[in-house]
Amino acid sequence: MLRNATCDITPRRRRVSTDAKPAGKGRSARLVACLALAAAAPVDALEIEITEGWDSPTKIAVVPFGGPAPGGVDIAAVASADLARSGQFAALGSENMLSLPTVADEVYFRDWRQLGRDYLVIGRVSVASGTAADRVFALDYTLFDVRAGREAASGRLSFAAALARDAAHRIADDVYQAVTGVRGAFSTKILYVLVRDPASARTSYHLTVADADGHRERELFRSTEPILSTAWAPEGGRVAYVSFETGRSVIVVQDLTTGQRQRVAEYKGINGAPVFSPDGAKLAMSLSRDGNSEIYIQDLASGDLRRVTRQPNAIDTEPSWSPDGESLIFTSDRGGRPQIYRKDLKTAFVERLTFQGEYNARGRLLPDGRRLLYVHRRERRYHIAWQDIETDAPPILLTETALDESPSIAPNGMMMIYATRKGGLGVLGAVSIDGRARLTLPSRRGDVREPAWSPFLAGPNLQAPGA
Amino acid sequence: MLRLMRVVLAAAAGGALLLGCAQQEVVEPTVIEQPPVVAPTPIAEPEPTPRVDSEGNPLDPAGRPLGRTFYFELDQARLSERDLRVLAMHADYLRDFSNRQVTIEGHCDERGTREYNLALGERRAQAVQRYLTSAGVRPSQVETVSYGEERPQDAGHDERAWARNRRAELIYR
Repeated sequence: MLRNATCDITPRRRRVSTDAKPAGKGRSARLVACLALAAAAPVDALEIEITEGWDSPTKIAVVPFGGPAPGGVDIAAVASADLARSGQFAALGSENMLSLPTVADEVYFRDWRQLGRDYLVIGRVSVASGTAADRVFALDYTLFDVRAGREAASGRLSFAAALARDAAHRIADDVYQAVTGVRGAFSTKILYVLVRDPASARTSYHLTVADADGHRERELFRSTEPILSTAWAPEGGRVAYVSFETGRSVIVVQDLTTGQRQRVAEYKGINGAPVFSPDGAKLAMSLSRDGNSEIYIQDLASGDLRRVTRQPNAIDTEPSWSPDGESLIFTSDRGGRPQIYRKDLKTAFVERLTFQGEYNARGRLLPDGRRLLYVHRRERRYHIAWQDIETDAPPILLTETALDESPSIAPNGMMMIYATRKGGLGVLGAVSIDGRARLTLPSRRGDVREPAWSPFLAGPNLQAPGA
Repeated sequence: MLRLMRVVLAAAAGGALLLGCAQQEVVEPTVIEQPPVVAPTPIAEPEPTPRVDSEGNPLDPAGRPLGRTFYFELDQARLSERDLRVLAMHADYLRDFSNRQVTIEGHCDERGTREYNLALGERRAQAVQRYLTSAGVRPSQVETVSYGEERPQDAGHDERAWARNRRAELIYR
């Protein structure tokens, strides 16, 4: 299932001598172990291929946890893969560990220093209660700072077997925050469109949600007509998208718990580009009901529409909210070419944000409200770029392939996911905003496109009683 | 009078080929009531040229199918002179058969963002719609829909495929 993946991150430019083990034999042994692990996992649509990591990642070892593997999930391996995927960590494969401690007494820091590790995670799973059918597991884990020779974080989780992967992502989040100071986004999800049998008479479109690592895929809606423009509500319980299920574009809001779908915009002409307001009460969208594509805001409770732009001869589309909800970013070709603008919703003041190049579209602001991510055309190729909108600095390219689109930002602002083409397939790519880590998420089942990274999610309650 | 002027203008745009159509319009006002798919039987009519093929798509005066796909340059929604001549013949037909309706689909190539392409596809469809209605076709006969880049004609990913995918299609309902 995992093609070309390795347990240890393999950056293109990283010097081998900085790692504890030389490449070659050690690397191939690790690869075999990783594939064996992958074979045991259930088949999922998305695979992960890490193509580039940081030059000097934090070196960590997540030791296989002691005790049973709930639901057959190797929780330590899932958490380890999460950390490696960020590009900020290089994780050691268990076959290269000198010992496999599961409790603090068994940890010899000297061993881990010898392996060049900065951090170490150990854990132990035990059966807390229940019979085989409704067993509840407890997991105690500890993060050690190897150089300082002391504990850096610890936790106790309680969960049923079905939530084993949630537990793994929760541990990865905890470790990530303890080491980097930034909240981890491993417990988030991605929404995307899987296109099966593309370019055939049997083409079908599958709106799909999966964990951020591509596992536990779940189909939300299926259609023989195109689906696009996926978006999450801020609380993570609803999604919005554009569907051609009626033969024309309609905007649908779907509840993830009940699966209930509601067509919230079905006007004459285009119904497109839905995005939830930061308070979740409104949807900004692009409609051509009044003749040409303009930006509107619809109140979801009342259905009231507020028109935001008025440019009868221009395309105004792809709205997105500033993090504070006070302005809308959007694409407009009112100046002759598509460029990104911002409109202050209180003062109605409009300013153009992009000036370099003839095609800049689908802007999204990072959580800092200052860095703008967008699709940028350069020499007839379409890349994802970002720029600081408070300076005149030129855009910084994050991708180098030619047909990159639909960037979506992780809620911690550290990575973005986008759609591109690779080997004749539509695949998802993810890049750290600093450009140092890259991975692709292809599917063997068809083209994948239109990704939307979820906000931080409340997730299932994994707190152990008294923990 | 206005209608006649439009015919003359359309004829001027369409060139010599169009004159036959313009004359037919004048001599065949009763055809409007006929179901469109039933071509008049050659024996009964003085001018035996059928106006549509077996699928109900209009033919040019020489009996060849009229082009129904119109191609565009990158980022553009401008119709070529040649397309305008073909559209003038469609306009003639639609004026004569005001019970016929068309859907104009706007499409784009895969480059650029999907939502901008949705709007660009609509702009292309509207360019065709505007031409038809300005040539005297009733607005109620023409509707537009944009599929953006979602329904390519050519599944390829090169210049040739892209050129085939930047199009508007006229579909007789």
